[in-house]
Amino acid sequence: MNLYARRKTVNAVALTLSILATAFGLFWLCWLLWTLVGSGLKWIHPRLFIESTPPPGTNGGLANAIMGSIILTAAGVGIGAPAGILAGTYLAEFGRTSRLGGVVRFVNDILLSAPSIIVGVFVYALVVLRAGHFSGWAGAVALALIVLPVVVRTTENMMRLVPDSLREAAAALGAPSWKVTIRVVYRSALPGIMTGILLAMARVSGETAPLLFTALNNQFWSTDMSRPFPNLPAVIFQFAMSPYEDWQHLAWAGALLITVTILGINIVARVLLRRSRP
Amino acid sequence: MLVLASVFGILLTLVTGAWPALKTFGFKFLVSKEWNPVTGQFGALAPLYGTVITSVIALLVGVPVSFGIALVITELAPRWLKRPIGVAIELLAAIPSIIYGMWGLFVFAPAFAAHLQPWLTDHLGSWPILGLLFQGPPMGIGMLTAGLVLAIMIIPFMAAVMRDVFETVPESLRESAYAIGCTTWEVVWRVVLPYTRVGVVGGVMLGLGRALGETMAVTFVIGNAHDIHASLFMAGNTISSTLANEFTEAVTPLYTSSLLALGLVLFVLTLIVLILARLMLTKMRAREGLRT
Repeated sequence: MNLYARRKTVNAVALTLSILATAFGLFWLCWLLWTLVGSGLKWIHPRLFIESTPPPGTNGGLANAIMGSIILTAAGVGIGAPAGILAGTYLAEFGRTSRLGGVVRFVNDILLSAPSIIVGVFVYALVVLRAGHFSGWAGAVALALIVLPVVVRTTENMMRLVPDSLREAAAALGAPSWKVTIRVVYRSALPGIMTGILLAMARVSGETAPLLFTALNNQFWSTDMSRPFPNLPAVIFQFAMSPYEDWQHLAWAGALLITVTILGINIVARVLLRRSRP
Repeated sequence: MLVLASVFGILLTLVTGAWPALKTFGFKFLVSKEWNPVTGQFGALAPLYGTVITSVIALLVGVPVSFGIALVITELAPRWLKRPIGVAIELLAAIPSIIYGMWGLFVFAPAFAAHLQPWLTDHLGSWPILGLLFQGPPMGIGMLTAGLVLAIMIIPFMAAVMRDVFETVPESLRESAYAIGCTTWEVVWRVVLPYTRVGVVGGVMLGLGRALGETMAVTFVIGNAHDIHASLFMAGNTISSTLANEFTEAVTPLYTSSLLALGLVLFVLTLIVLILARLMLTKMRAREGLRT
């Protein structure tokens, strides 16, 4: 009887502790979101979207930073995604068992988990030092390097889900292998690949570290990619660290904006994925 | 091919860029805590120490909590609660780190300084040896805060991985354990955990890799001082926050080169962690293959 009692107590204690742990974890996360909404919502204002970042003490918005972030993300995804899809196709269709495929897969994992700031340093040495100044292109390249491994991974996984019998059926009809890949495999893996690209997009639109010393930042409206480029995360970083209250308010508004965007993209990606898999 | 090229490119650039610094300081670069741009003395010990300490704190706090969350999701929660908690955790893992950093600086650090830090100093500060960790002014920002913010950041990530590995346990194993009268805890501790041990460790390693390389969340709250203190309340520095703060300010070639060398150290560190994690996950998969 004593043994049973002890086992029961141990069980109860352990389960209580793990429920507490869950509550503890969720508590921080709820607190974080609550603060974010609480202090961000107050400063969301139409001005935010039509005016550029102000000097301290005056009114302004984040229009240039928002626009800059959109352009940078688009450029990064534009460079990284096609390369990623091609590499993923290679891994799934042609290099499935080859030694080279294994190496690429492993290296891709390294790139996937490399700290983003290292990517920034690399692009700095590669592009910024050569060009002699910070530029939007350097930022786009850094983001592309982060997009790349994510897209490679999801493309490969999604293309592998396509049943082999489908490929064999196409081949049996006499289709050459490039036609099998493009007309049959891509068609059925498309929603999955799109999801991968969306997730990659969500990831880079909040990346700050690699932009700090590639795109730098810009106080003004700019669409010239060969100059320092305005972007939302760097503005948030700079404004949040500043002692000026109105800058901090803008930073909160920007933070809320980014979070909502990213969560939105994530949810869209999820819905897309679920719809493709009945 | 681009993938291969970019990783080797990164490694190559870091090594060549770091070469002048490594040549000048040799092995001393790793063990010297001197960091003085004016006299041109650079050593990596302080940032390296900060990186390791904050990551250790993050793991100490994060691992038990994420284990608990994964346990609740897989074993305890009723079916209708499982999906929402799971999705919430995955979404939280997607929030950019700069948000965590901002929240840490404006909300967490002041609250921490006002409530928790004095309490820690009062109650733990007088302990021998261990007490040294909790002495010092309650400034809010510092190593401990950075470690805790990191923990909060990697919890969703690790919990998601652990949940996935827990779900690989065959239902029949679990049911047989329950059938011979095991309590829930015994099932988890004696059946689920041994079965998934390697995978759980792999997940923790991936979390560790994330904590090591995290930049923005840490830069906000760590205080950025090139010092090593016994107390966790003092400001410190990590490799990534040093890079973020000083890279655009590096004026001499040797300065830039030293920062690149720091980057190299970090890259190698995360590489080692990643390879270990991968080895373990592969091992587990191999064993799984044997069993079925």
